[in-house]
Amino acid sequence: MNERSERIIQHSAWRSHRTSEARAGGLSTRTIQGQKNLQDIRQASKDGIGGSPLRPDGTLKVKGEFAYSSDMWHEDMLWGMALRSPHPRANILSVDISDALKVPGVYAVLTHDDIPGTKYYGLEIQDQPALAIDKVRYHGEAIALVAADHPETARRAVKKIKVEYEVLTPIVTEEQCLNPEVYGYVHEPHEYKSHGSGNIVHSQKLVSGGGVTDEIRALADVIIKSDYEVGMQDQAFLGPESGLAVPAEDGGIDLYIATQWLHVDRQQMAPVLALPEEKVRLTLAGVGGAFGGREDLSMQIHACLLAQHTGKPVKIVYARDESFFGHVHRHPAKMTYEHGATRDGRLVFADARIVLDGGAYASASPAVVGNAASLGHGPYVIPNVRMEAIALYSNNPSCGAMRGFGAVQAAFAYESQMDKLAAALDMDPVELRQLNAMAEGDYMPTGQQIDSPAPVAELLQRVKDMPLPPPLDLDNLDIRQIPGALSNTSHGEGIVRGIGYSVGIKNVGFSEGFDDYSTARVRIEVIGGEPVAMVHTAMAEVGQGGVTVHAQIVRTELGVEQVTIHPANTEVGSAGSTSASRQTYMTGGAVKLAAEAVKQAVIDKGRRRYGWTQSDLTLIGGKVVSESQGALISVVDLLGDEAIDLTREHHHRPTVPFDKETGQGFGHVQYTFCANRAVVDVDVELGLVKVVELTAAQDVGRALNPLSVVGQIQGGCTQALGLAVMEEIIVKDGKVRNASFTDYLIPTILDTPPIPVDVLERPDPHAPYGLRGVGEAPTVSATPSIVAAIRAATGLALNRIPVRPEHLTDTL
Amino acid sequence: MEFLRPATWDEALAAKAEYPTALPISGGTDVMVEMNFDVHRPSAILDLNRITELTEWSIDGDVVRLGASVPYSRIINELSGPLPGLALAAHTVGSPQIRNRGGVGGNLGAASPAGDSHPALLAAGRDVFVEVASVRGTRMIAIDDFYVGVKRNSMEQDELIRAVHIPVADGPQQFSKIGTRNAMVIAVCAFGFALHPKNGTVGTGIGSAAPTPRRAVEAEQYLQGVLAERGLWESGDLLGTEVIQKFGELVKAAASPIDDVRGTADYRRHALAVMARRTLTWTWNDYSKQIRSAA
Amino acid sequence: MRVTFTANGKPVEADDVWEGESLLYVLRERVGLPGSKNACEQGECGSCTVYLDGTPVCSCLVAAGQVQDREVRTVEGLAEENGELGLVQQAFIDAGAVQCGFCTPGLLVQTDALLETDAQPSDSDIREALSGNLCRCTGYEKIMDAVRLASARKCAKAASE
Repeated sequence: MNERSERIIQHSAWRSHRTSEARAGGLSTRTIQGQKNLQDIRQASKDGIGGSPLRPDGTLKVKGEFAYSSDMWHEDMLWGMALRSPHPRANILSVDISDALKVPGVYAVLTHDDIPGTKYYGLEIQDQPALAIDKVRYHGEAIALVAADHPETARRAVKKIKVEYEVLTPIVTEEQCLNPEVYGYVHEPHEYKSHGSGNIVHSQKLVSGGGVTDEIRALADVIIKSDYEVGMQDQAFLGPESGLAVPAEDGGIDLYIATQWLHVDRQQMAPVLALPEEKVRLTLAGVGGAFGGREDLSMQIHACLLAQHTGKPVKIVYARDESFFGHVHRHPAKMTYEHGATRDGRLVFADARIVLDGGAYASASPAVVGNAASLGHGPYVIPNVRMEAIALYSNNPSCGAMRGFGAVQAAFAYESQMDKLAAALDMDPVELRQLNAMAEGDYMPTGQQIDSPAPVAELLQRVKDMPLPPPLDLDNLDIRQIPGALSNTSHGEGIVRGIGYSVGIKNVGFSEGFDDYSTARVRIEVIGGEPVAMVHTAMAEVGQGGVTVHAQIVRTELGVEQVTIHPANTEVGSAGSTSASRQTYMTGGAVKLAAEAVKQAVIDKGRRRYGWTQSDLTLIGGKVVSESQGALISVVDLLGDEAIDLTREHHHRPTVPFDKETGQGFGHVQYTFCANRAVVDVDVELGLVKVVELTAAQDVGRALNPLSVVGQIQGGCTQALGLAVMEEIIVKDGKVRNASFTDYLIPTILDTPPIPVDVLERPDPHAPYGLRGVGEAPTVSATPSIVAAIRAATGLALNRIPVRPEHLTDTL
Repeated sequence: MEFLRPATWDEALAAKAEYPTALPISGGTDVMVEMNFDVHRPSAILDLNRITELTEWSIDGDVVRLGASVPYSRIINELSGPLPGLALAAHTVGSPQIRNRGGVGGNLGAASPAGDSHPALLAAGRDVFVEVASVRGTRMIAIDDFYVGVKRNSMEQDELIRAVHIPVADGPQQFSKIGTRNAMVIAVCAFGFALHPKNGTVGTGIGSAAPTPRRAVEAEQYLQGVLAERGLWESGDLLGTEVIQKFGELVKAAASPIDDVRGTADYRRHALAVMARRTLTWTWNDYSKQIRSAA
Repeated sequence: MRVTFTANGKPVEADDVWEGESLLYVLRERVGLPGSKNACEQGECGSCTVYLDGTPVCSCLVAAGQVQDREVRTVEGLAEENGELGLVQQAFIDAGAVQCGFCTPGLLVQTDALLETDAQPSDSDIREALSGNLCRCTGYEKIMDAVRLASARKCAKAASE
């Protein structure tokens, strides 16, 4: 154990165990004593890819010993806290910290004046101040920081900071945003750090075929045009934003943090802290869910600033209300869609405008716009398409990444359109979709050819063919199974069943020319008479099970049983973000490359030593095996004391940016598709909904871990259910009205139905093992199926989600 | 801040007299939310957990004396016979964990219009009394006099809630609550209803649809009149759609809700009418069955 | 103030406790038991569920001073005495009910309590019992599987004894 690790954290006598275990891989790791997931996780299992071995972190998690970022502890640590703006738009006339500094137990109070380096950061556009500078642009923006000996001391001190505001009328509606000369600029024109202008962060147009003109419109027998709206959804991960920043003797900082991308956090942090990147060392602490909400920085810079300033370790843990202010949300959207079709149901054109509210800062808005424009037509072949997607700057909360971004909003609109078209044409809604479904070989409106399986029609057929749940048994009613449940609102009265279908498309990986490569380091050596492999990546395990899959890949490639997962940190190259359904593809792919290189090196070592000439050598069961001649030598005997330790990068095939005006370009790495059938019971008198069953069929290319794949699909469907019927951050005049789990409701187990999942495996020849990213497609596709089912039960148009009881009872 | 831990009821009253602004805590399901989110910083916290008599209930003749801290889970398990309306309401409170800690005393102390107990207590009749005490003595506050404003009750600063006296049900009772999810919700609005055949009255209670929990007085009077005039208490005959409809409209008219993040005023009024019709139908069907099986 | 109580069978003591602190804070920050989780601190998520004198409660809503001389059992106290995983813990791993795992400690305690009172709950009973425990990752299906698995194993174990 190095000197630093001894200095850090004696969590308690009960939590200090076997620190030597961390050295099992013989590695120099920075560890926190007693916090075992920050040490290597070692697991013995025979399961390679295609199996469902148990999670290597599962035992720690069920014992309560897995150290999440909010569990970090240091005997000398301080608590950090932020003062946040109560106003969505105001000029800051003065900040007086003198009274706060006088509170006993307060060690530091900081404002932007105390920032040693660059004051702005951002994922794509560096437009966000680490602490507000002279103005605030959204409700909840951080203005000042306090470090104190106890959270209550910090709270008292925060309340003693006096800020004088000149409160301004917030710019919040589309009309206000698009008329900056009248209503003002969220960022003054000279402040723009990107191509955006006039309260528009980013825009993307797309035209394919003949575009949409009067001549094209005339080709359609039926035209459906509607406006749609999607509310602001929150990731609502359970583990609050949190971490521990520890100042180091070399003037640098060690940060134990829950994030989705260690390296891009560091890249944004280092200039603000005025430190070279190598002195900002990040280690992934346990992550309590992410779903996009940890792509942007939250408390990272704040904790480090306080640690730099006080010379003490500083822990910040957001309370739930602060969490709602501390991360970006799903973009609310207003969309206008027009579809034309022939009498026999063939789509002729689609014309759409998608307006996304990006809020105060850019975050991932450009990528969200790109997805909305390029995927907004849905998984359909449409000969003539015109699209425009824009993201606005406003004084609403910042919006950015959330599972399925850009595609989720559009899917609600285009799938609603499909149902309306089917009704107008008197067609079965599934048949209409199948008739127009894209397939391998077809072209996206971007001009990109779909060059791997796209079984859209089959997925729809599969959910349609699954058996339906039994009808409600009114004679043996269990009220827990009907709308309202234990609230005892119905004993069967008013309940109508509805069924709805949907299908969606999502891209996998980062797009538009971005090279989001992943790095993996794989090592093999003999420990205790056994060959043991170690995987070291910077991949953020946020719950998805990437660590399980990495071990499976290594077992498959190296033929060993024992695989150790090294803690994720910045000592190895970037793994890219745990988002965009990309980690198994990208970092899994890197692990595969590194493991293949290690395998080759082991074999080459044998060739050099023993002069093997066979071309059919591989590693199986701890031995070097010739497929024709059998085992040649054990890996233990071959390696002896030597370790083989190789690092590889995995780059996906290159993409290009979309043309700004036409949207043309090979912009996406891979596409993924999911279809759903929803069965709902609606109390049509009270407007209450119970989803009875939510069926999913998804093509995953190859299921590396079937148990995890199904878990991802079920979890994704449930977040989609939330968006369909309950989840919305309510913002009025720029102010968040429901920043709590009391009023921002996510589905409970009584809201969530059985979710039968049909997993298809149609390999993608361009992807490692043929796999297809899994996590987001169900979140894209499931919401519209539920709304379609509610429409079927009620006959209402329902052009806005989430669907509230008011929408169903005409009492808005 | 002080943390006071009286071992007996008398000690608790003495402590409350000494620290009138002390915040009583029992289940903590309201108080601790305010502590955790810095909503409230009282001079002292007065812990009532050591006073075991607050977690006891008894039946004396026709009245249940329910200790202020009897948790909701025990009301559900032990009192669904004598107090069916309150037991149904208790089953809608928060989560199982919350029901293991929270009790009616806390609901009354907080006096939030959204408290789940209130509609059931109001519906249980005008002879429901809240037993409050201070070093100055004990008094019984009729439930109709208890709620005086938004999150305000008629207690004095030095008083504590000891128990609630609720008549044992002599007829069917129901409780319905609207939430926008199927578990763990604060009421968008709620309705309690009870038939009291012994004295020929009915009870109503409206939650989350006015500044305080309140009774739908005209609805009660209308229904009592119909039941008496048509001899329905005796016959158990059908009420008819018109009566049920009218009752629902009168309940709706008794509410004065607002628009907020949980729902619109219009929806609340609409839902109250529906819940009133349904709970009346359920209770009357049960009552009719009782009459017919007795005949 | 000083608070002393029993945690997982061992006496514990915390000094300089602020009077407004919750049991959850004391467990996590003062006595080295961070297994109970701090997801909402308002009784809406169940991730901090512990046994208090044998009854599952949200430890975020228990004032620290209220646990004086009382018994608390947390997720850290669910394993067998020999250190092996408890039946419910093992079932959650086996069924794939653990993803990010932040809800897991609370779900384990609540499930343990459910199966203590009803070893063979119906699906509706399971859903009711777990309706105060939010999970954002799994969609609850694998959690249902885990509880059914734990129930089956518990019944099998009881039958064989």
